[in-house]
Amino acid sequence: MKHYAMVIDQSRCVGCMACIAACVQENQVPFENFRTRVLEITKGKFPKLRTEFRPELCNHCDNAPCVMACPTGASYKRKDGIVMIDRDKCVGCKACIAACPYDARYINEEHGFADKCTFCLHRLKKDLEPACVATCIGKSRVFGDLSDQDSEVSRLLAENESRVRLKAAGTKPRVFYINRYPTKK
Amino acid sequence: MAISRRNFLKCAALTAGGAVLAESPFVRAGAKAVIKKDIRYVPSFCEMCFWRCGLIAKVEGDRLVKLDGNPLHPQSRGRLCAKGQSGMGLLYDKDRLKTPLIRTGKRGDGKYRKASWNEAYSYIAEKLTKIRKKYGPESVALFAHGSGGAYMGNFMEAWGSPNHSHPSYAQCLGAREVAFTLTFGQGPASTAERYDMANSRVMALFGSHLGENMHNSHIQDFVDGLGNGTKLIVIDPRYSTAAAKSSMWLPIKPGTDIALILAWINIVIKEHWYDHDYIAKYAIGFDKLKEEVKHYTPEWAAKKTDLPAKQIVEAIRELGRYKPNVLVHPGRHYSWYGDDTQRGRGLAILNALLGTWGRKGGIWLPPKVNLAKLKKKIKYPKPKRDSLAYGDYPFSSAGITTEVRQATISGEPYPIKAWFVIGTNLMKTMPAPEITRKAIDNLDLVVNIDLMPTDMVMMSDVILPAASYLERHDDLAVVTQKNAGIAIRQPVVNPWKDVKPAWLIANELCHKMGLGKYVEYKTLEEHMREKAKLWNISYDKLSKVGYIAIPDSYHPYITEKNQPKFDTDSKKIELYSSALDDEDMDAVPRYTHHREPPAGSFRLIYGRSPVQTFSRSINNKWLWELKNDNEVWLNADIARQMGIKNGDKISLINEKGAKSNVGRVKVTERIRKDCVYLIHGFGSTSKRMTMAYGRGIDDTQMMTHYATDPICGTNGLRVNFVKLLKES
Ligand code: SF4
Ligand code: SF4
Ligand code: SF4
Repeated sequence: MKHYAMVIDQSRCVGCMACIAACVQENQVPFENFRTRVLEITKGKFPKLRTEFRPELCNHCDNAPCVMACPTGASYKRKDGIVMIDRDKCVGCKACIAACPYDARYINEEHGFADKCTFCLHRLKKDLEPACVATCIGKSRVFGDLSDQDSEVSRLLAENESRVRLKAAGTKPRVFYINRYPTKK
Repeated sequence: MAISRRNFLKCAALTAGGAVLAESPFVRAGAKAVIKKDIRYVPSFCEMCFWRCGLIAKVEGDRLVKLDGNPLHPQSRGRLCAKGQSGMGLLYDKDRLKTPLIRTGKRGDGKYRKASWNEAYSYIAEKLTKIRKKYGPESVALFAHGSGGAYMGNFMEAWGSPNHSHPSYAQCLGAREVAFTLTFGQGPASTAERYDMANSRVMALFGSHLGENMHNSHIQDFVDGLGNGTKLIVIDPRYSTAAAKSSMWLPIKPGTDIALILAWINIVIKEHWYDHDYIAKYAIGFDKLKEEVKHYTPEWAAKKTDLPAKQIVEAIRELGRYKPNVLVHPGRHYSWYGDDTQRGRGLAILNALLGTWGRKGGIWLPPKVNLAKLKKKIKYPKPKRDSLAYGDYPFSSAGITTEVRQATISGEPYPIKAWFVIGTNLMKTMPAPEITRKAIDNLDLVVNIDLMPTDMVMMSDVILPAASYLERHDDLAVVTQKNAGIAIRQPVVNPWKDVKPAWLIANELCHKMGLGKYVEYKTLEEHMREKAKLWNISYDKLSKVGYIAIPDSYHPYITEKNQPKFDTDSKKIELYSSALDDEDMDAVPRYTHHREPPAGSFRLIYGRSPVQTFSRSINNKWLWELKNDNEVWLNADIARQMGIKNGDKISLINEKGAKSNVGRVKVTERIRKDCVYLIHGFGSTSKRMTMAYGRGIDDTQMMTHYATDPICGTNGLRVNFVKLLKES
């Protein structure tokens, strides 16, 4: 069984937002909603500074609070690890939105269901990488199968120290952050 | 909610991509919900900016649904930036120019009537004929940017005017190209930027917007370089995206870059960190250079630049240690202080001393392309008068927009009475828009060929709606990355019914003016096929794959057999420029002190957003969603002193009293105390740009002053000081 995951090398991200634009078009994300974003976080005092670019998206958590919070069973976890929403079952109650500590979900206002990143499942089925990965100008986003030891994601996680967002929340994210070329300040 | 959910299910099959269709005014009658759509993939190349990346368009029925990078094309390598991804936002923009328009009110008050193409052409013809009779054909000038410029250039040639001008020259890269040409006989820009960043050991970037200017393959190379462990040194008063990736940031005092460069040159020579053999073999003027720079110590530069002397030495030591696999990148949007050619000379000399030209990780040599030229079937008339667009500068090498503007006002050396403008929003491109306005008031005819009702378009008498890059052919493009190749632009969808590609507009204008004999082809495609045949390339294959490489063109580095050619007077790298010497100009750059902002004022510097191409793209819904405003970056300590908080409303006022519209402040540690920063292109004054109108601050409006480079006439644009006014 596949075990999908994304590894984001922040040292390669330039905050160009190509990933966001690709996601919006690929998934017809409604105007002014997003399935992914890129944060720019600056720390320090002039001239000793550090600015971090941090792409964020649904973490496809193994211990997903959105799935647990969903009263209708619309939000579910697939065996390959992808957290999906069954639009047919979703009643738009927003319980999942409240439960997600990562602000990864939105309501598709036109059609009334909750929505979010799908790891571009429709593309995976065609053997294509997720849209944001395929266009990432910095090749910062890497996608793959953790059950395959030779996959790039496995290799990256084996070779680098990685972090997840809000580890303490115990959600067990499948989006990992590395910083392969730490810049010395 | 539940009801709409059911609705969704019903139309789910059609709405995979339905959002654009539903609100587009460009939907044709025949395009009603087709359930089984045929899907086509059409290769072409992008023009959301001028990097011109190869793309593959996914078209459902006759509707564009997705744009992706063409993996074959070396400028996209299968990836497109946010702008490139959002091309449908331009194609289907409801504010697009849809029919020709003729002005009915006063210039600038926005009143137009719809016209047929023939009416519009007749209007133009009548005015042009009068102008020719009274002032001569040279009194018509062209301002051009982008692919369409070439066709309108042909029209100008046929018409008999030599006055072509390009904002990409005087307001952007001109001085840098002139400087490198004076030194190496050639500039590194073209479309490719021949910096071998992916393979560099150490890169020094001067005020570069890399990552904030999104030039696809250039940024891919940059990040690949970082990935390979390149040491990055960034010299910039602002902690830019590039600086955020650096291991050494030199927050230089604006206007003092030449001091740093001269000190570096001196240190490199004194410490023998230069490439001795390379200089002996390829360069001349070393001794004179050495003599001229010997007084520029790190301590001297430290005083000028506000950088620690230790850091100055440390940075150049890195470059020296890893030479020649290093590079010094001058950046784009290069026109800053009016001594820009000399700054470029300094940077070129540094590159020469470090031996980077033609070296791995330095500046690669252009690919070898021997493509036969299509025989011109026509001979254009020779204009009677010389172009006035080059001004009175010894080394201006392209038409200068501000020279044309000046002549339009003064009538000297001869009057300019008509402007043709294509692909450039002059009100936001040329500094001192109030002078542009004054020039426009002097004109008998202003014609704009564009897609969107920009500020400049709304100043014109006749507006001709152009087809977008997704709806037209453009001439075959010779791509010159390390490998060369041929790329094709072709329509991915049918054009909206009343817009025309620029090549056709130019040809029809020729016919209208009785200049039909200068029209080279009936359709551009016929011309492209002819070229492909001459070059031995299958046109049909090209239109299927989008890009075909030219074999054996890859010769990026110097080898025994692959020797560089320097097209200077001496056929060598000129460390000491005899050409400048002959003109009585500094043959080795010197430091000039620039005025500093008085207390309470800040130098205005400007830059770019990776998701916008200046004011061109700001009405694109999908880019608007990512960036629709520009904040004034203000140093955090200063903000505290002034009692300004992040997000506060302010306006800017410059020394001449020009006041901006109201915008917001970004309080940040990422900028020096003596300057403020804005992203260029915002603050549209055109009400017809319904998304962009009035959003953000127009930096150009604050540039009432500009510093002219005496060597090549380009406009230094970082010379205005502004104050912040609190607004509520
Ligand atoms: S994986 Fe697909 S849906 Fe998720 S953020 Fe990337 S592009 Fe969007
Ligand atoms: S496309 Fe890649 S480099 Fe650009 S912002 Fe997204 S993750 Fe970062
Ligand atoms: S860099 Fe972006 S906007 Fe420019 S040509 Fe390439 S894809 Fe298009």
